Amino acid sequence: MILIVAEHIGGKLSKSAYELTEAARQLKREGPVTLIVLGNQVAAAATAAAALGDQVLVADMPALSEYDAEQWSAAVAQIAREGEANTILIAGSRSGREYSPRVAVKLDAPLIEDAISLHDAGAALQAEHYTFLSRVTERVEAEGPVVVVTVKPGSFAPAKPNTEPSEQYDVALELPQRRLTVTGQMKEKMERVSLTEADIVVSGGRGVGSAEGFAQLVEGLANQLGAAVGATRAVVDAGWRPYSEQVGQTGKTVQPKVYFAIGISGAVQHLSGMGKSKLIVAINKDADAPIFRETDYGVVGDVQQIVPAILRELQKAP
Amino acid sequence: MRILAIIRQVLNAEESVRIKDGAVDFANATLVIDPMDEYGMEQALRMREAAEGIEVVALAVGPARCEAALRSALAMGADRAILVEADAPLDPIAMSSVVAQVAKAESVELIFCGGQQADWDSQALGAATAERLGWPQATWTNALSLDGTQLVGKHDVDSGSETFTVALPAVVTTQQGLNDPRYLTLPNIMKAKRKELRREALDSFNVKPKLKFLGAEVQVRARLRTMIEGKDAPAAAEQLVDLLRNQARVIS
Repeated sequence: MILIVAEHIGGKLSKSAYELTEAARQLKREGPVTLIVLGNQVAAAATAAAALGDQVLVADMPALSEYDAEQWSAAVAQIAREGEANTILIAGSRSGREYSPRVAVKLDAPLIEDAISLHDAGAALQAEHYTFLSRVTERVEAEGPVVVVTVKPGSFAPAKPNTEPSEQYDVALELPQRRLTVTGQMKEKMERVSLTEADIVVSGGRGVGSAEGFAQLVEGLANQLGAAVGATRAVVDAGWRPYSEQVGQTGKTVQPKVYFAIGISGAVQHLSGMGKSKLIVAINKDADAPIFRETDYGVVGDVQQIVPAILRELQKAP
Repeated sequence: MRILAIIRQVLNAEESVRIKDGAVDFANATLVIDPMDEYGMEQALRMREAAEGIEVVALAVGPARCEAALRSALAMGADRAILVEADAPLDPIAMSSVVAQVAKAESVELIFCGGQQADWDSQALGAATAERLGWPQATWTNALSLDGTQLVGKHDVDSGSETFTVALPAVVTTQQGLNDPRYLTLPNIMKAKRKELRREALDSFNVKPKLKFLGAEVQVRARLRTMIEGKDAPAAAEQLVDLLRNQARVIS
């Protein structure tokens, strides 16, 4: 069977669960498409999962109320063994990419990370993924009784739900003790528009001048466009914006329909997080800034002048 | 206590990537320590400086050229280095077996590993190593200190960030913000040449790649590169918004 670990938050299935289901449906691997829902009081998410998979396995237990890499990997490996899974699809989220290597080691399986495409090749599985700070597209092949795959968010269209819900089965798991003790949590502000799922992202760099400049120019334009806000590492390091908004190698990877780079010079680490955007617009006073080599529409000028002028222009009727 | 810091040698991020015969071409490229690994090395050195009896060992698994990266680690301050020479590329899951075997042989209690490698774009090495050793892991760590036999730190997770404690032995993966790695000084670079660097052959580790590499290419998205002169801001804004509305049709 093909196992999908369905992520969920606040009783709702994450978008990744729909994308992984689409990936599983496209692959013609043997056995039912099986979604696993792990957590505590997850009935709502399990019901949503039942509309996607051929069957749903539910591990609903208090011990799983908070994610833990050792528990999650133990749960997934145990279910995979008992169900003789040939493929395990895991979301390319921070947590998915953290526990999936443990699953691969437990099952002595190959791991494909952050796949952007997947193809059957006889008994083997072929995939493409980005390497070298997203500058290279690499093709790899994994073969074995079972293969573990994490899938890059946004790489597959979300699957359409089935009309008839599938069966849900409760599974009992033996879980290890958690050893990483969480002593405090700082939740990200839940944005109106999620940075990684937004159609339009407006990002700012040092060139906006200050935290106030960022709020006025970048947030101003984002609000006008209904866009998510992103930032460069320099801006986050300067404390102007929270880490959660960082786009780049160590931050988030985005590929929106339009990416606005405001006062961003375009370091390779930043480009690796947004270079796959469909359309890139850059505004920068330095005509030689590297960002302009990756730009569809570039404006060479002072962001303090240009952005307010764009806002006025957008407010005019088209 | 002994700390193992994994050192990987990668292309300098500022350089463009060249492909030759379906693979990334390393000939004549500038190679550096993965900046992510420098955070781990720096943190190990700070722990050694703050407590008695800590030894810091740098480990690389890769071709002979990785010696240069290990010499840089020694120049930063590592006590000694181990190079497991592997000419054929290993994927992270396979490499974790080598790291775990070295960690056991060296009776290591703490391993630092970069949060995401700049060549593989992988986040697997630290977690896979922890699994092989039966240790816990803390990933994407951006603050860390040693409190007796326990690590106290802060790291990033799906929903934001959290503070944590975890008992040793453990694997910690690093990221920006953890510290500012020290610069190499000429005296330390000279001293590093005389420090111990032990070579081992991959054969003795009984490791096979788990992934087959089929090929690589640089896919460049063709950009329009339409440039607008912005001296007259209202005119530039009008032109840009017109392009977005009527040419790209991405906004209404």
